[in-house]
Amino acid sequence: MERYWITPQPISIDECINKVVRPEAGAISTFIGIAREFTRGKRTLYLEYEAYIPMAVKQLERIGDEIGTKWPDTLVSIAHRTGRLNISEVAVAIAVSSPHRDQAFKASRYAIERIKEIVPIWKKEHWEDGTKWIGDQKETISYVENNKSAKEGQSD
Amino acid sequence: MIKVLLFAELQERAGKSEVMVEADSISVQELKEKYLLKYDMADLLAQAMLAVNEEYSEEDTVLKSGDTVAFIPPVSGG
Repeated sequence: MERYWITPQPISIDECINKVVRPEAGAISTFIGIAREFTRGKRTLYLEYEAYIPMAVKQLERIGDEIGTKWPDTLVSIAHRTGRLNISEVAVAIAVSSPHRDQAFKASRYAIERIKEIVPIWKKEHWEDGTKWIGDQKETISYVENNKSAKEGQSD
Repeated sequence: MIKVLLFAELQERAGKSEVMVEADSISVQELKEKYLLKYDMADLLAQAMLAVNEEYSEEDTVLKSGDTVAFIPPVSGG
């Protein structure tokens, strides 16, 4: 059962939950990222996501592996949407199950932060007066450093 | 042949998602200098991460015929 996927179809968080539910789990933490209409006062009409699909899936799996190392006994599922998304549609869905709640909360937060660093997916904003490909949303580390951390963390 | 993949803004600038380059045993750096200058996207390439055969890689990686190199502009998923 594939727990990581990229799809042009609408995503339901239930699909991710179903892939991590298990008898050992006492908690499932979920995160959903959705298309936002207003960013710093500017109105978005819709978003468009593009992905380098085979590599994006590998990087999602890598995030799951990183989480497994940091918080053993967790199980992760992540789905990311591509194509055109209207406002409030789900762009990304994450579910993490664990025996106790603390690991699940921490791991789901970690997953979304890592997605924004290393997974080759791009968002294009469509406004009333133009379009723009968005990059480096976190702006917390330089891209050179990011490239280094992306490479160093590789499992092979 | 080396396959070059372009995404997002890079793809729009180049006007194509894929470039096939007839070359072998060439570093990514050399590939950019010899074959990609004509697409007028050096500024974007300078900001991009790169992947060889779907794994993050570096400029000095030597590409062989049959390899796929992808230039990855700053990502914005989530």
